[in-house]
Amino acid sequence: MTSLSEGHIDRSPRKGAGGGASTCTTCPYCGVGCGVIATPDFTAPTPRVEIAGDTDHPANFGRLCVKGMALGETVSTEGRLLHPQVYGQKAGWSQTLDLVASRFAKTIEKHGPDSVALYVSGQLLSEDYYVANKLMKGFVGSANIDTNSRLCMASSVAGHKRAFGTDTVPGTYEDLEEADLVVLTGSNLAWCHPVLYQRIAAAKAARPTMRVVNIDPRRTATCDLSDLHLPLAPGSDVALFNGLLAAIAKSGAVDDSFVETHVNGFDAALAAAQAVDLSVCDLDAGDIATFFDWFCSTEKTVTVYSQGVNQSSAGADKVNAILNCHLATGRIGRAGMGPFSVTGQPNAMGGREVGGLANMLACHLDLENANHRDAVQGFWNAPVMADKAGLKAVDMFEAVGSGKIKAIWIICTNPVVSMPDADAVKAALEGCDFVVVSDMYATTDTARLAHVVLPATGWGEKDGTVTNSERRISRQRAFLPSAGESRHDWDILSDVARRMGFSGFEYERPVDIFREYAALSGLAAHLGRDFDISGLKDITDAEYEALQPVQWPVSTVKTGGRFFGQGGFFTEDGRARMLPVTHRPPQGKRARKYPMWLNTGRVRDHWHTMTRTALSARLGGHLAEPFLEIHPVDAKALGLKPASLADVTSPRGTATLRVLVTDRLRQGEVFAPMHWTGETAPTGRIDALVAPIVDPVSGQPESKATPVRVSPHSAAWYGFAVSVHEPQAGTRYWAKARAQTGWRIELADDKEPADWLRFAARLLDLDPDSCEALTLFDDASGLWRVAFLRDGVLAGALFAARDPVAVARAHVVGQLDQPSGPPILAGRPGADMPDPGATICSCFNVGINTIVSAIEAQGLASVDAIGVALKAGTNCGSCRPELQALLSTSAKKEAAE
Amino acid sequence: MVRRLVIIGAGMATGRLLERLLEAAPQTFEVTLFNAEPRGTYNRLMLSPVLAGEKAFADIMTHGPDWYSARGVTCRFGERVTAIDTDARLVSGEQGSVPYDDLVIATGSTPFIVPLPGAGLEGVMAYRDVEDTQRMIDLGAVAGKRAVVIGGGVLGLEAAAGMAERGVDVTVIHNAGHPMNRQLDAEAGGLLAKALEARGITLCLGAASQEILGDSAGHVRALQLADGREIPCDLLVMAVGIRPATDLARAAGLEVNRGVVVDAQMRSSAPDVYALGECTEFEGTLFGLVAPLYDQAAVLAQVLQGQEAAFRITELATKLKVTGCDLFSAGDFSEGLGRENIVFRDPARGHYKRLVIEAGQLIGAVMYGDTADSAWLYDIILEGRDICEMRDVLMFGPAFEGAAPLDAYGGRCSLTA
Repeated sequence: MTSLSEGHIDRSPRKGAGGGASTCTTCPYCGVGCGVIATPDFTAPTPRVEIAGDTDHPANFGRLCVKGMALGETVSTEGRLLHPQVYGQKAGWSQTLDLVASRFAKTIEKHGPDSVALYVSGQLLSEDYYVANKLMKGFVGSANIDTNSRLCMASSVAGHKRAFGTDTVPGTYEDLEEADLVVLTGSNLAWCHPVLYQRIAAAKAARPTMRVVNIDPRRTATCDLSDLHLPLAPGSDVALFNGLLAAIAKSGAVDDSFVETHVNGFDAALAAAQAVDLSVCDLDAGDIATFFDWFCSTEKTVTVYSQGVNQSSAGADKVNAILNCHLATGRIGRAGMGPFSVTGQPNAMGGREVGGLANMLACHLDLENANHRDAVQGFWNAPVMADKAGLKAVDMFEAVGSGKIKAIWIICTNPVVSMPDADAVKAALEGCDFVVVSDMYATTDTARLAHVVLPATGWGEKDGTVTNSERRISRQRAFLPSAGESRHDWDILSDVARRMGFSGFEYERPVDIFREYAALSGLAAHLGRDFDISGLKDITDAEYEALQPVQWPVSTVKTGGRFFGQGGFFTEDGRARMLPVTHRPPQGKRARKYPMWLNTGRVRDHWHTMTRTALSARLGGHLAEPFLEIHPVDAKALGLKPASLADVTSPRGTATLRVLVTDRLRQGEVFAPMHWTGETAPTGRIDALVAPIVDPVSGQPESKATPVRVSPHSAAWYGFAVSVHEPQAGTRYWAKARAQTGWRIELADDKEPADWLRFAARLLDLDPDSCEALTLFDDASGLWRVAFLRDGVLAGALFAARDPVAVARAHVVGQLDQPSGPPILAGRPGADMPDPGATICSCFNVGINTIVSAIEAQGLASVDAIGVALKAGTNCGSCRPELQALLSTSAKKEAAE
Repeated sequence: MVRRLVIIGAGMATGRLLERLLEAAPQTFEVTLFNAEPRGTYNRLMLSPVLAGEKAFADIMTHGPDWYSARGVTCRFGERVTAIDTDARLVSGEQGSVPYDDLVIATGSTPFIVPLPGAGLEGVMAYRDVEDTQRMIDLGAVAGKRAVVIGGGVLGLEAAAGMAERGVDVTVIHNAGHPMNRQLDAEAGGLLAKALEARGITLCLGAASQEILGDSAGHVRALQLADGREIPCDLLVMAVGIRPATDLARAAGLEVNRGVVVDAQMRSSAPDVYALGECTEFEGTLFGLVAPLYDQAAVLAQVLQGQEAAFRITELATKLKVTGCDLFSAGDFSEGLGRENIVFRDPARGHYKRLVIEAGQLIGAVMYGDTADSAWLYDIILEGRDICEMRDVLMFGPAFEGAAPLDAYGGRCSLTA
């Protein structure tokens, strides 16, 4: 997989081993924006794609995380929507787009422009995004276009704008390496931005005086890197950073000259900060003092923040509390220092730049600024400019629910899973007059509710640009043909716009859009905005094709680099603003009925709603079902055993999840991942529990502090199954994942089937008559096992029991599609066949049991020694924190013995 | 002082006794061995493979003339013992008498002949020894011959399968609903029936024999069933069970019930007279399988040397020596309150196994089709081990004993903890 990892990469296409050319492109996952080299092999029966990190890309210099490494496993056309679908029927493009255009036009005509909406995605390319925004704000005449970046970055945008005048990320990734103190807050970098984590880890290894502080209610994998962990109470970040600002003032760390010259609002902000009551953070006073001391005394400090800060009803204030500290100390826009928001999506930044949010215009221009509006309207030659902010995501779906929005077009996102109060979103779409979804799959929870589903191209087929968290624009390039009849999002949007009678959408290629967009940014720069790529407005087709990753701005005045080191903020007076902010606890109230905080987040090997990562077996093997992390004390009090199921209930909904008992989190708090969907684990849709409470400024939902009640979920039986076919489960609980040669599924239900053999055949989608059926039934102890062999090869197996069934899952999964026999029903390998255990290193498929036994048998003492022995952790490094944890556990065990 | 040891009967138990005794104390005994069959010890269990043509008689002789002569055993083979005088300590044979210091009666058993009309006809036989086996082999040498076997137990089925293998058209008459009903449950018996039918054997299950019909020459020609059916045959083999051969012992005045009554040291009611093997009765139990007889032989070898030893009854296991019909049963597998079954089925291969658990212990096992782990399971039954910890893998044999490391939380979910 890493054959192209070294040496200079010629960006022009060249032939790979399988006849396909190597293409430099950009990873479609998180906001790090890593360069990827993809080499398709078209000689295989289904095209295979070799993936390597691009050593020349400044985001990753050749590194990739495990998700990136597995990209080649996610480009199959299996399950793809290959043609337009209207009311569930296959349809032609022309008639379908006529329908979409006429329904939108008629709705606008009858109910006004605000009766329609677009809900788009931080995974769109900037060119797609630009056209969508232009269509809505300039031609439909409504700003009812919002994006899933609202769920992810809106608080950072709001915070940036309040402090800097524009949504500007001041620093660069190099600052993370050059810093002497990296403060990570609300950011599980090790799992969510693994390549940035590794860059910091490498810098720290080279320069051990570098310190890392991790501020997170949970002791995440990122703590492996940190010198100090502050497990603060959920939502108390403002208090902590106010305390820090007060300490900065007290310790004399204020940069008086910077404040004097470039900052407004210092006194008010400090006064608010000094009123802080730090007890709300529920932290050890000594730890707080250490953090403050380190921060005050370390010039080169970077504060990295992400969803733990943003996804809050006080998200914008949290951002400003952080920015206050950097403005007060003048630590901004200089090497190794600054506040640093990292984004969750590959093009969250691009979306912000093109104006994909309902309260922005384009190129960081303001919708509610008449000058800005006029300039854009003139540039676009637009008939009807929207003149007020549109509905932000939560309000938008409420308006769909109330019938104010009668037609909505959802592009490249899955709000039925990812929105707060997700069941209400589902109900809203079910009741909506006209729902259009553009997606690669017609099977997503959202696409299932659409009247029209448009097949969109996906990563590997699309062509355009994305912007990463350090403002670096990179090309995503196509290296595969478009699947079936699928079309690019910019093309579909432009076609609909033309069918609605609008001119200005005659684009033939992405570069046409990019040139227009770059030209518009020049106009924005004239109006005093930060975003300026006007240097690229005359880019030729060939130059666009060969475009190297470039950090904006790109103009005659400035190219790349940092912002604000010498002031120059994008406010009226050019000065930054420090804001007086006050701690506000999460809006939900923990009470007798809902006594625990539910936190949500990501896991290492999945991304978003798993439409892509769920296609990869090795990504599915790390955590193959959704779970609820709960503290041992709480688990005991609630009677929750490890590996049992729990019901988690909020006033909005209930989820059923596997219990993972761990002291990684605080008592009284639970954590659940947000990835699982109706397609993968219907009772694991955790956002159905989250209340639609938003930050008053940013409109970003509070996804990390929902009051819930947790109780044991009793089931009559529990099961685990594998099949070469996709399982068809109808049980109360199920969670399915890909295996290398099929599928795996966890199950539980209220009632035992009357006939286990028939049940298993239906579940595993196997015809018992064409199979050899092996059964093991122990009715008294409640043990039911069925395996199906086809021509001596394992086609499927079900292991069921009255308690969570003990099966060596990795072993059973590995036996699928292999020659097998009765011993498969033992559910574990025989003495001569070691069980690798659940996957820890997804790159090399190394299981936990393999690692633990190597640690014990070979006396391995370091992560590197494990790497030498087993290769685990030597590729993407995403599992290194877990390897370290296994070493510690095993050392503890040894000491105890 | 050399003791004179006389043994009546050279069956398998005697073979084992002599091995043990003469190895441990080669100079202590002067042995005289009577045997009605004109040969020494052979492995009677292997008669079925001989019948099936898988082995020759020579292969199954365990103790040939050289063996006895090398150990100074006086062999009186082919000679019947006519009387025992326990007062005079004398055994009389057809060729003369011999005094003893110790006497072992190991006269074995005789097949039970159902007293049906016609049971005395020519061509009605039992299945017991080399001669019987040869007779069935000879029947197969002529094409188109038919045989009836009465009795669908181990011996009857081995006889039927052996003859079928030699081309004889065989019908088995069995009174129960499935063959080997004392060793197998209905499901395993059903699989066995299917396997037997597949090799051309006709099974009449739930059938009662009424009369054996003969021809004018006084030779068997058919068996008539109670339902009126007539099954033609050239040979009729009775395999409905055995009776301990107790005539000599009874005549000698020893205590005989169904068998020669012995205590745990294999002593009969007369001083220095012991009994061994299928002719014995211990604690009301008779013996027909080789394992307990070997145990008896081992005990008796010690007792004769003046050592302490005691015979005790253990759970019995059965195998069937019919190629392609691997089956095994051991212990108690009847249904009952508090009895729990673990059942494995692989109908496509015709495999079936049932393990019976009571109070956390394995008490019985029936296996059909795959008996590879039978010895291991048998040991677990005998040892009375607690199987709770290994219950889910017990079916799959010793390779799975002692749990291999499982995933997080004992492999009860798809998480890494």
